[in-house]
Amino acid sequence: MADLRVNVAGVEFKNPVIPASGAFGYGREYEQFYPLSKLGGISVKGTTLHERQGNPGPRIAETPAGMLNSVGLQNGGVDKFLNYELPSLMTKGTRIIANIAGSTVEECAELAGRLNGSAVDMIELNISCPNVKQGGAAFGTDCTIAGQVTRAVKDATDKPLMVKLSPNVTSITDIAKSVEANGADAVSLINTILAMRIDIKTRRPILKNNVGGLSGPAVFPIAVRMVWQVANAVNIPVVGMGGISTFEDAIEMMMAGASAIQIGAAIFSNPYAPIEIIDGMNKWCDQNGVKSISEIVGTVNPF
Amino acid sequence: MYKQGKYPITEKCAAAKGIFDITVKCPEIAAEAQAGQFAQIAAEGFFLRRPISICDIDKEAGTIRFVFEVRGKGTEKIAELNKGNMIDIIAPLGKGFKVLDADKKALCIGGGIGVPPMVGIAKEYGERAAVISGFRTSAVAILQEDFKTAGCETILCTDDGTAGIHGFVTVALEEYLQSKKPDIIYACGPMPMLKGIVDIAEKYRIETQVSLEQRMACGVGACLGCVCRTVKDGREIYSHVCKDGPVFDSKEVDFNG
Repeated sequence: MADLRVNVAGVEFKNPVIPASGAFGYGREYEQFYPLSKLGGISVKGTTLHERQGNPGPRIAETPAGMLNSVGLQNGGVDKFLNYELPSLMTKGTRIIANIAGSTVEECAELAGRLNGSAVDMIELNISCPNVKQGGAAFGTDCTIAGQVTRAVKDATDKPLMVKLSPNVTSITDIAKSVEANGADAVSLINTILAMRIDIKTRRPILKNNVGGLSGPAVFPIAVRMVWQVANAVNIPVVGMGGISTFEDAIEMMMAGASAIQIGAAIFSNPYAPIEIIDGMNKWCDQNGVKSISEIVGTVNPF
Repeated sequence: MYKQGKYPITEKCAAAKGIFDITVKCPEIAAEAQAGQFAQIAAEGFFLRRPISICDIDKEAGTIRFVFEVRGKGTEKIAELNKGNMIDIIAPLGKGFKVLDADKKALCIGGGIGVPPMVGIAKEYGERAAVISGFRTSAVAILQEDFKTAGCETILCTDDGTAGIHGFVTVALEEYLQSKKPDIIYACGPMPMLKGIVDIAEKYRIETQVSLEQRMACGVGACLGCVCRTVKDGREIYSHVCKDGPVFDSKEVDFNG
């Protein structure tokens, strides 16, 4: 048995596998398949200051090796998270990452402040949701605003702050450097890639929102490239995600520079994906003489 | 509890052109499944599972049955599976139909591929159930013998008049309600059909449960993809077909949403 523990921004995870925000709710559904204590952590559904209904349906479209979603941050708001979800989640024996999103800089800061003193282990500031009109990717695609919102949240929170980056930019390393310079303790990437599908019979988009975020194995190589670039550009830990569905993908992502990884869409096809990845990693380490999984982080030897 | 696994297909036949009828041996799922629930079925080579309603449950034999239509390449892939092959499913999912007391009468209404989910619930009532089924044409008029064997009264409608009543199920429903008063109506089919049924049922003040469908990803209530517009406690909210449904009280559903 290898040592799968990893440390991200001072928070120790028992293993590097974390279901991604939006793919796992608050764990209630997948707890029916396995105990949540097996997971390194859970990044909970994106939480906003007030309840949000999200976008009209259809919100899901299948793609080659992936899917689009345009959920639009449907959630019960921070009060429901604190009063209903968190008390249950904190008893599950896994790290809790609160994914937060706001429509203004002030709102993001207020939201982060509301989590002070709570059982949340880390904040993941979502500046990359492609499915909301205000905030979201509008924050994550501009270096200056990304820096401002990071600074405001950092000043408001007593938790380690991870900032979740959008891939829908020309230079993700510039955004990463800006959030690092403004106090981010870690970055996570990638959020979904803005995409579209059209029903050729009706000549209408499949998503009612017209466009949505692409995830699944289709985006994996893009995510690996971006994680590699960002890991080489900043000195804070990188949490890698985007299309990981097997333990080999997870190992590859860590070699690219990810200190931990998140699993999203793969869970929809295979609810056991996170568990199979943890088991697979363990075996892989044993077979390859790796005593601690963190040894492999960023070990790709580029040409 | 949700179960995910690969289970053997013990029977397969074509119910009509492009409509397949498969029985799967999965005792732990059959033991918990209820009429109106569904399964997420993996289609090899496709990223997302296909939500398919449970047609019938045989708790003694430990089997569940699916009758599904080939709608695209994913369901086509599932239809290629044969007797003896393993099928990868997550089930039982969602909320099923509410079953009333043993002295109550039910009317089940299905349109097209909305007919299969009516088998399980109609069997719960047997002779106390009537089933109105609507199909495009007689060649795809499936499952009528199943309802008759269960003791249900059957009323068949076809859009083209090639069998039974020439017209939509709503025509048959109006006529049925002139002389009979079921305690509950169960309905599954296209949205315009459901809306028509609910309008009539409201006029006659009959409780109605509808089974809805929507494009779905996780199937368990985590991704929040499969929304439908509902009203709960006077408040409009987006509910999720996979977890809050697929069966909803018709009063909750905004059919214009």
